[in-house]
Amino acid sequence: MNFYNEMYDANGGVREHYKGYETWLAATPAERIERKRAEADLAFHRVGITFAVYGEEAGKERLIPFDVIPRIIPSKEWKALQSGMRQRVTALNMFLWDIYHDQEILKAGKIPAEQVLNNAQYRPVMQGIDVPGGIYAHIAGVDIVRAGEGEFYVLEDNLRVPSGVSYMLEDRKMMMRLFPELFAKHKVAPVQHYPDMLLEKLRAVAPQGIADPTVVVLTPGAYNSAYFEHSFLAQQMGVELVEGRDLFVKNDTVYMRTTQGPQRVDVIYRRIDDDFMDPLVFRADSALGVPGILKAYQAGNVTLSNAIGTGVADDKSIYPYVPDMIRFYLGEEPTLNNVPTYMCRKKDDLAYVLDHLAELVVKEVHGAGGYGMLVGPASTKEQIEHFRQLLIAKPDGYIAQPTLALSNCPTFVEEGIAPRHLDLRPFVLSSGKCVNMVPGGLTRVALTKGSLVVNSSQGGGTKDTWVLED
Amino acid sequence: MLSRTADHLFWMSRYIERAENLARLLDVTWQTSLVPQSEEAANQSWAAIIALNSLEEAYAAKYSAVNGENVLRFMVSDHDNYASIHSCLRLARENAHAVRGTLTTEMWETLNSTWLEAREKSFEQIMNAGVGDFFEWVKVRSSLSRGTTIGTLLQDEAFHFIRLGTLLERADNTARILDVKYHVLRPHGDEGATDFYQWGALLRSVSGFEVYRKVYRDVITPERVAELLILHSDMPRSLRFCLSGVVKNLELVANSHSDETMRQAGLLYSQLRYGRIEDILKVGLHTWLTDFMDRIYLLGDGISKDFLIPMSEAA
Repeated sequence: MNFYNEMYDANGGVREHYKGYETWLAATPAERIERKRAEADLAFHRVGITFAVYGEEAGKERLIPFDVIPRIIPSKEWKALQSGMRQRVTALNMFLWDIYHDQEILKAGKIPAEQVLNNAQYRPVMQGIDVPGGIYAHIAGVDIVRAGEGEFYVLEDNLRVPSGVSYMLEDRKMMMRLFPELFAKHKVAPVQHYPDMLLEKLRAVAPQGIADPTVVVLTPGAYNSAYFEHSFLAQQMGVELVEGRDLFVKNDTVYMRTTQGPQRVDVIYRRIDDDFMDPLVFRADSALGVPGILKAYQAGNVTLSNAIGTGVADDKSIYPYVPDMIRFYLGEEPTLNNVPTYMCRKKDDLAYVLDHLAELVVKEVHGAGGYGMLVGPASTKEQIEHFRQLLIAKPDGYIAQPTLALSNCPTFVEEGIAPRHLDLRPFVLSSGKCVNMVPGGLTRVALTKGSLVVNSSQGGGTKDTWVLED
Repeated sequence: MLSRTADHLFWMSRYIERAENLARLLDVTWQTSLVPQSEEAANQSWAAIIALNSLEEAYAAKYSAVNGENVLRFMVSDHDNYASIHSCLRLARENAHAVRGTLTTEMWETLNSTWLEAREKSFEQIMNAGVGDFFEWVKVRSSLSRGTTIGTLLQDEAFHFIRLGTLLERADNTARILDVKYHVLRPHGDEGATDFYQWGALLRSVSGFEVYRKVYRDVITPERVAELLILHSDMPRSLRFCLSGVVKNLELVANSHSDETMRQAGLLYSQLRYGRIEDILKVGLHTWLTDFMDRIYLLGDGISKDFLIPMSEAA
């Protein structure tokens, strides 16, 4: 397979937007970079920018490997991506509003009704609820990859509790600290105002009539894999980081327990899944949530961000319909590509998938984090047979896509600098009429040679992402 | 401020303070054990440390003999002993981790790297490198945490709860050290000759040796040691100094239901402010200190109920 290289063109020439960096890299002694890499590792450890890995020893924390070679995106490409994401997220929010109100898109037959209404992520409790500004996914993490000749594809829309933005910010801080001279030479668009932008959005979607809303970040706690990010964002926004046990509901209003007594909470940026939010409505065994919070939410006395029930729009079984949503709600042609997807619940698709397992990527419809997927070309016969049985047993639990030839980028690895595959997750913020994002995102890189799985839980690393200004 | 946040800050500072005081006490006991003395006397000093922390049962479950090496192992590095220096540093870091957004970067990095370094030190390594160096290290790390707190943290509620934790813990620790050592040194309350080295060690364990010299310019007597550690207004580890700070910080965080706790703190402070050492010794130092420690415990309980997570719920 031929892969698109972010730095070099097919003839081995350096791409225009990488020329400055490449010249610098060639002129910089290897020992200096090695020293800087060690410095970065040490700093990340000391600051405690770590994540916990599920299934490993409790409380154990790992660093996400940071690569010092940036992923550079020229201005023109970013502008195209930006308008594409804006279009996509706008349509997804309109879809959610529609699904939880009149369901016009189902009536029009654009999406089979049972695909939505029987989906575990569809929340009947949200039916008829008017969320502020009509926005459900205030924060969306859109996973984008580049494949083939360099065209971009949306791989996934993360509309529940997308994470990783703290790494985007910390990676930039680290790069500026390690190599300030590079920023003097390049016009790298800044990203550090993300927390401000986020706070502004969260305040904008407060319940009606609240002039100075109290915003909090709700975390499952210090042992969650993304705890660093929760505490980082709360600190950067200057708001309280709360756990479920810090909150209680009285008269359909949410309060937090403070040293001065109960204080009303208006907007909750929650980093807990729907299922755990309210033991009275969802999982009764959840100790992470707040009993009664859903009633307070339905009464319009508190805003949850993201809204309950967004999972129905980012589910892998709904993904193939996003281009149709864009056409239906906006009357526009989608500008970002979807990856062609086989829906195994369809008989013909299933037959095709079973015949081509060795070439395809198979994903669990409700899976996330790179767990429960098969990358055909990189799998053993046993693994493929195992998935064949899974597919036959539960075809509607899976989708399949062609294995994309993900682009790669030079990366420091043990044997020196070598190309590794990567993706990009920009964070799209919405409130009312306004959809914004900071120029950049989180670039994840698969550090294992040939691997196409970039998730940090699967040994992926990150790179600083530079959007160059004109 | 969130009650839970205040709770973590309070306990974070208590655990650092506890680690420091324990390091001081072990250090002094270690040093005096090097001065020629009977084995019985030496082991008595080590046993006192176990008694001081009410750990007799936990200790007996692991070790049969009370001697320097066993007690050091138990109090320095034992992961199962929740009162060991190792555990205190871990708990301080865990509490800090839960509220790292409230701490300044400097404070968090200090506590985090203290724990990361402590985690790497096995008991054998500590002993080989010299246990005195380790105690010195603990004291320096504690000073560093206090320094970054005072030097970088906004002096708002968070700061007041941190100070409350530090001062309450220190009052308790000083009282315990005095109680146990006094008892060991004067088992029958006799007025006989006092052992300069032993009393000097007690003073040094609370950084009070030089202070004593400065204040009294005279030989060391048990009464004055007690007076210095209980009643002196400016000695930073005396009970009076600690309680004065507790009252001040409580006033700064007062809420609508903290009146009773305030009253109790004020009452205890006034006993120290206007008390005389003769009267305390008349009651009997051990009796007096036991009552003091009970009241410190009740104060901690009151603070938890009024502001933090009540201790009964926290367990």
